[in-house]
Formats: sequence, C-alpha cells, structure tokens
Amino acid sequence: MKMMKHSDALEQFAEQLETGTEPEMEGRSLWQDARRRFFRNKAAVLSLITLTAMLLTILLGPWIAPFSYEDIDWDVLMDIETLGSPSLASGHWFGTDQLGRDIFARTLQGGQISLMVGILGALVAVLIGTIYGAVSGYLGGRTDSVMMRVIEILDSVPFMFMVIMLVTVFGRHIILIFIAIGAVSWLSLARIVRGLTMSLKHKEFIEAAKAGGVKTPAIIRRHIVPNVLGIVMVYSSLLVPALILFESFLSFLGLGVQEPQTSWGALIAEGASNMDVTYWQLVYPAAFLVITLFCFNFIGDGLRDALDPKDR
Amino acid sequence: MSQLEPIMQVTDLKVRFPVKEARWPWQERRWVKAVDGVSFDVYPGETLGIVGESGCGKSTLARAVLRLAPVSGGRALWLGKDLGQMSEQALWQSRHQMQMIFQDPQASLNPRMTVGDIIAEPLHTYHPELSADEVRQRVKEMMQKVGLLPNVINRYPHEFSGGQCQRIGIARALILKPRLVVCDEPVSALDVSIQAQVVNLLKQVQQEMNLALVFIAHDLSVVKHISDRVMVMYLGRVVETGLTDHLYDQPQHPYTRALLSAVPVPDPKKEREKQIELLPGDLPSPIDPPAGCAFHTRCPQATEECSQKRPELQGDEHHQVACLKVTTVTSEPNKEEVTDAETAVLN
Amino acid sequence: MSLLTVRDLQVSFDTPDGEVVAVNRLNFSVNAGETLGIVGESGSGKSQTAFSLLGLLAGNGRVSGSAQFEHQEILGLSEAAMNHIRAEQIAMIFQDPMTSLNPYMKIGQQLREVLMLHKGMSKREAHVEALKMMDAVKIPEAAKRINMYPHELSGGMRQRIMIAMALLCRPKLLIADEPTTALDVTVQAQIMTLLRELQSEFNTAIILITHDLGVVAGACDQVLVMYGGRTMEYGSTEQIFYQPSHPYTRGLLKAVPNLESRAGELNTIPGNPPNLLSLPKGCPFNPRCQESVASCFQDAPELISFTGGRQRACHLSLQAEEVA
Repeated sequence: MKMMKHSDALEQFAEQLETGTEPEMEGRSLWQDARRRFFRNKAAVLSLITLTAMLLTILLGPWIAPFSYEDIDWDVLMDIETLGSPSLASGHWFGTDQLGRDIFARTLQGGQISLMVGILGALVAVLIGTIYGAVSGYLGGRTDSVMMRVIEILDSVPFMFMVIMLVTVFGRHIILIFIAIGAVSWLSLARIVRGLTMSLKHKEFIEAAKAGGVKTPAIIRRHIVPNVLGIVMVYSSLLVPALILFESFLSFLGLGVQEPQTSWGALIAEGASNMDVTYWQLVYPAAFLVITLFCFNFIGDGLRDALDPKDR
Repeated sequence: MSQLEPIMQVTDLKVRFPVKEARWPWQERRWVKAVDGVSFDVYPGETLGIVGESGCGKSTLARAVLRLAPVSGGRALWLGKDLGQMSEQALWQSRHQMQMIFQDPQASLNPRMTVGDIIAEPLHTYHPELSADEVRQRVKEMMQKVGLLPNVINRYPHEFSGGQCQRIGIARALILKPRLVVCDEPVSALDVSIQAQVVNLLKQVQQEMNLALVFIAHDLSVVKHISDRVMVMYLGRVVETGLTDHLYDQPQHPYTRALLSAVPVPDPKKEREKQIELLPGDLPSPIDPPAGCAFHTRCPQATEECSQKRPELQGDEHHQVACLKVTTVTSEPNKEEVTDAETAVLN
Repeated sequence: MSLLTVRDLQVSFDTPDGEVVAVNRLNFSVNAGETLGIVGESGSGKSQTAFSLLGLLAGNGRVSGSAQFEHQEILGLSEAAMNHIRAEQIAMIFQDPMTSLNPYMKIGQQLREVLMLHKGMSKREAHVEALKMMDAVKIPEAAKRINMYPHELSGGMRQRIMIAMALLCRPKLLIADEPTTALDVTVQAQIMTLLRELQSEFNTAIILITHDLGVVAGACDQVLVMYGGRTMEYGSTEQIFYQPSHPYTRGLLKAVPNLESRAGELNTIPGNPPNLLSLPKGCPFNPRCQESVASCFQDAPELISFTGGRQRACHLSLQAEEVA
C-alpha cells in the first residue's frame, strides 16, 4: 500500500514536470539587481533621502513660511542689517534681502525654478537624445550622417550669444531659458546613445531579432533602448545638476528669470554683491544649491556603480 | 537525391565588404572578398556542415544566405524563388521558415528580457493575432522540447549557464516551426560535456521536425557527428565538399588533410604518434587573396601552375574537390556505405 | 625532486552574494622539464589556481595553503619579491595574447623592456636577445616583425610573441592558461609543437591549463582533473586516459566527439556546470553523476592515493584492476 502511494507521488511529480504545472519561478531582472546594488550604496541612499526632504521642503515650504517670496516687510526695511538678520522671533528664519523680502520664502521659490529647469531639462534631453541617438546609430549610413551633421550645427551655434539675443528681443522670461537649455542639453546625450547603439547593433541578440523577422522600430524599442537606458539614467542624473548650475550661471549674469521670481543663481548673485553686510543672503541659497548638487552627484555615482554595464 | 527538391539553392554567392581605410576620393576602394562564389544546395531534413578556420567566410556565408549580410553577387533560391529579387514583405514572409542559432549563447539573448519574452518574440512578430495565453502555452511546449523546465519562463538570461542559454536560443529559433535553421558555431563556446548535450538536442529536434540544418563550425569532429554532407572552406571559397563519410575517410584536398591531421585526438599514444601536416605561415589577407589557388602559398604540393590557374570544383555528386593536383576523385570506397549515406540524406 | 609542490591550496572570493570557494584544497607537484595538465570545465577553478600561484588574484580573492617553488614558499610573498619570481622563475601565457601585450608599444620594445628590467641588459644586448628569442619561437622575418605593433600580427603570431616574452628570462616554470583555445586547429597544432620543442630545449616545466582533452593527450605527463574547485582525479596521462577511475573523467572522455567514430548519439554528462555559489552538499559532481550512491550526497569524498601514485576523490569502491 505504502509502495503504491510512493509510486503515485512519483507519477504525479513526473506529470508536473511534463505539464509544467509547478509554480513559475520569478526571475531577477538586471533592473532589480541594479536597485539592490544601489540601495547598498550608503552615500547614494543618504543623498536620495536628503534630496527628497529638500524637494518636499521646496514644494510644501511656501505654505508654512510666514512670508511670501514677493512681499516686502516694511518693518525691517529701515534697518536690514539688524532687523533683517536671521531670527526665529521675527519669522524671517533666513533673514531678508535688501528690499526686506524673506530669504526663506525666496530660497524655496528659487529652488522651485532651479529644480524645474534641471529636471525638466534633463527629461527633455533624455527623451529627445535617446530616441534621436538610437535611431541615428541603428540606421547608420546616410541617415546617420545627416542626423549627426544636424547635431554638429546645433552644437556650433554660439550659445551665450543666442541667449543674449533671445533675451534682448523677447525680454527676460523663464520660457526662454527652457528653450535655450532644451536646444542644447540633448546634443551630447544623443551622441552618447548613438555610440552605444552602434556597439549594440552588432551584438548577436540584435542579429537574432533581425533573423526572427522583427521590424526596425520594434528592434529599436525593444532591444536597443532598454539596453542603453542604464547609461542614459546615469548621465541624466549628472545632467540635472549641470543644468541647475547652468541656469544659476545665466541668472548670475542677469539673463535668467524675471523679478520678483527668482532662482538660486539669481539669489546667489544678489547675495554675493551684499555679502559684506547681509551675509545670510548668500549663505542660505548657496547652501541649498550646494547640497542639491552634492546629492545629485552622489546619486549619479551610485547609479553608475549599480548599473555597471558589465553585465554578469 | 534527385527525387527531392532542395529547399535552398545557393549559386555562386558572393559577399564583399569595403575595406575601412583612409583613402582619397580618386583612390580605388578596396574590398574584402569574404565569400567568393560559393554554391550549394540544402535538402529538407538534412544537415550540411560547413567547416573552415576563422577568416574563411563561413559565418558571413551563413548570414548572407539569410540576407542578414549584403550579397554582392550570385543567387540564393528559397523554395525556388530568388531571395534577392523578393520584395521586403515577401522576404519577411520567407524568413518565417529560416531561423538562426548563434555562437555566443549569452550575447544572443537580450539581457533585459525574460526567457519567455525572448522565445515568444518571433511568435509575436509573425502571429500578432495569438492571445497571450496561447503564446505562453506554445513557449512552454517549446521549452520542454529543448529540455528547459517551463517554470523558469520568467527568469532572465544571466541566471542561466551557457548551455541553458543555448537551449533558449534554440527554442527561439524553433518556435515558428522553420524548415531551415542555420547554426553558426552553436557549440564552440560551450564546455565539452555541454557540447554533446546540445549536439544531441539538435539532432533530436531535426528528426522530430524534419529540419534542414546548416551547421557551421571550426571543430571538425563535431561537424562529423552531425552532418550528412560537409563543405570545407578556405578564404571565401569551397575547396572540398562531399558526403561526410567520403570526405573524412578520404580527404583529397591538401588543406582538408592538414585540417584533419591537426585535430587533437584524446588518446595519448595515437596523439603522440600521429603525423601532423603542419601548414607553414599564416592565412593570407582576404583583401588581396593569392592569385590562382588561394591555398598555394601554404600548400606542400603547390607548383607554378597553382599560382596561375584557379581550380574549379570537380568530381561526382558524392565528392568534389577544387585542386589542380587532384585529378581523379576516388569516391567509390565502399558501395554499401554510399547507399547508406544516400538514404540518410534522403531520410 | 619536484620544482613546484602545492599543498592544500585554497582560493576564495568575497562576493556580494557570499563567499565563493573557487579552489578547494588542491595538491599537486610539478617536476623540472615535465608537463602537468590541469583539465576542467568552466567553474572548475583551473584558471584561479594559476592566478593564485602568481599572486594575480582579483582584489577580493584570498588564498591559503602552501606552494613551494624550489623550496621557497611563494604564497603570500611581497609584491616586489613576487615580481622577481614572476618574470624570472615562473612565467605565464594567457588565452588572449592581446590582454597582456600593450597595443601602443612595438613588439620589440616590449620584449626589450623585460630583458632590460630583469636582466639589466643594455638596449643593444636586449635587442639581439629579443631577436634570438623570436627566431626560437619560429617567427619568420623576425627583424621586420620586431618593429610592428601587436595588432598588425595574426592571432597565432601574437601567441608566439607571448611565448617568446614568457621565455625571455628562461623561467623554470611556464604556466599556460588555455594557450590555444582562441586559435584555429592548424595554428593550435603549430603552437603545441612549438611548446614541445621549446620545452626540451630549455628544460622548462609547464602547467598546461585547458579544457581540450586532445591537447592534454598530446602534451602532458601528468593530469589533474578538476571539478567545482576540487581535484577529482590526479595521475599520469596514460592512467587518466586508459584507466579513468573517476566517473567524471570517464564521462568527460566519452563526451568528446572524435574523428574515428560516428555514433548516432554522443555520450553526454547530463546537467549543467557547477555554480560555485551554490555547490551541492557532498561531492560537487553528485547532481550529474550517474553512479552516485547515498554517501555522495552526505560528505565530500577525500582524495585518496592508490596504485602508481594516482589519486582520486570518489566514494565508489575501486575496481579490481585499479587496486592491483
């Protein structure tokens, strides 16, 4: 009887093997692997937490700040040097600027602009750059030549000159900064993606897809893009701080946003000219900027380690 | 052999690539003749082995047959129709029945896709009307057929060993039930004990599905085990071709003989006593291949004539050699064996 | 007296997924002028054995045990002392010669540098010596080729250059890690013939690491068969090939397709190569072994010696003819 049972069980097992009714095992994708590696990187995780906190402050801060970024506090205006200094009692936690506007509120507002420029700019770059680069690299030949020449032409436009022209013609506006940054930020990404695509193109799995009758758009979508995305992510996480810096630079030169709106760069420019009297005008925005840049760079570093292209 | 129609007829196929070098517009472009006038037929259910060393053009030939490499001359007929004359759409439809297996099992699988998605991709491409469940069902059946447990369907290629990856590649090639599979060095990246598994698997599915295989390899002993007919290539040309037993028992071309003698034998006494016909020098550059017989620079029997006249393939349907020094092809070793081999081909 | 004696060699790596023991208690010895073949499949630890001897392990690798080279312990030597040993006593050649040749330096310069550094030769002396060595490895037109860059040579020529470079300082031991795997059969035959000739000329001992049993049959005096980091069988070439005693050796020998037979089906070893991260309990070969018994799944078999200096790690009892 026992014998019988045993053989029954065996049969059942064999049947399972045959029909594959065993529970399916879940695989561990390279993305999951990368995430695991990323979360082992303490500096990157710490940066991610700090950055999230920073983002929350910038987005939610204006509701808890006692002052708005454009209101002038007439009470402190007579003696900015003492009354406008940072203090919890007066409600100006970071102090005020020369016009009596609250630095805390202005730093948050500036942060909104700076981060928006950085993140949106990087997103645009990723979107255009990846598609453009993948198409150019994969198709190759004449198409590639033409597409690359376009990039070279765009790249050789004197950029500062173009921004100054735009500003003098249309006046200072945040949209102009977007246009200017959008026009150039994707160029180098497109080049990187094209290079990666060209080396991927000769990999056997691409040939296998071709032999399997997969059409070109599907090859680019399913086989090329997912395999360059890792490096694109690393690059774009480093692009965000670069764009933030770039916006700051434009604002510092007075080509940035229109008052009373501000950005970190504009705040730092103002602070720098008054730093012998009202040092806080410089210190707080600068600290925010520096911390953000640090965080992005550490995250980019962590991503690079995690997404190491050396596939196992 | 005449009763059966070949599914693939290749005539005088040529592939050349431009040499990438700095040159002025008025300088003539130089070409690498990777495949230089190769002809062969493939019959349903048989295995044609293609052997040669690196640089002989065997991999390019494989890709050219499937139109994955640019063809610069000659014809390849698939079921009587010229692949070169076909419209994109017709070519795409024909590819349905011609598949390929690659050398590097890991590199031939997209690392970002699950095994199930990889195997299902040809199905999705050619049969978009199939439901997700049907596709999954067929993928699982195919996985079983190639010796993979169906419950690993959601795993990723990097979680498998080389041999298992090659099984995944085979499953992908077979899912459309093709009639011809071109195998480009399918076992050379695998361990010895795994090689045998994969060769046996290929033989088994070939019988089950009446597949024609074009089996490309540099390992002569593996080719001997799987092929019905063998073609030996040197610098883009066929130097000798014939039924496997004929060719291995009585190699005629000096190059074939040298190749065969160089294969190490896993037997200490035999290996130490055997005579190796060492070839002097290196493979000449395919940019400017030697005139006449391409092999004459390394051939122990070469004479003046060999450097001037290009030998053509000569012999009967069982065995052909391209060598000026071999006048008569002795292809009557054993009557019985011939018929055996023939029936094997006809299957 | 043996040139190199290795005792209880253990190599392990710290990886994020845990400790990986790549080489597990390996024992072997090599005599002067003799060739030892180390055979195994991927994951057998054969390459790591060679790297550990020369102190070339990756950063996360650890090595223990002992390796006596001419009565001097070479495991755990300082980097400077190891450097001396590496060039002058033990040399190594790799599967891919391009990895150890500098692509931006002319061949002659690379050869000369070795001689000038280790033998204190002048540039002119080194040049003459380098040319001599290139002749010894049968590189035609050595005088012309000495001024070429590595990429201008064929794979076979590059491997010859590697061999020339390895032999420049007349080492007593040459470790060849899959020296012909990337080469074609006809070139492989050339290189193996060359190695044999050079060995008798310079009386060098060779450790030949390979997966190709045909190459082993032609070149080796002693053979060590490894699997999953452990020794499976160790003996003379004749013993291993004609009386294989371990099921793995037997399976491996049967699985090799040869030119003489054309059986309908090739013999196989079922299953997959070992994953060093999750080796089975007991004998590492047990999941693939067709002759396994209960004790194979309990503990790993000890390496025991029997007739004619042979060693084997297997729970199966020895056959009558082997004991005799």
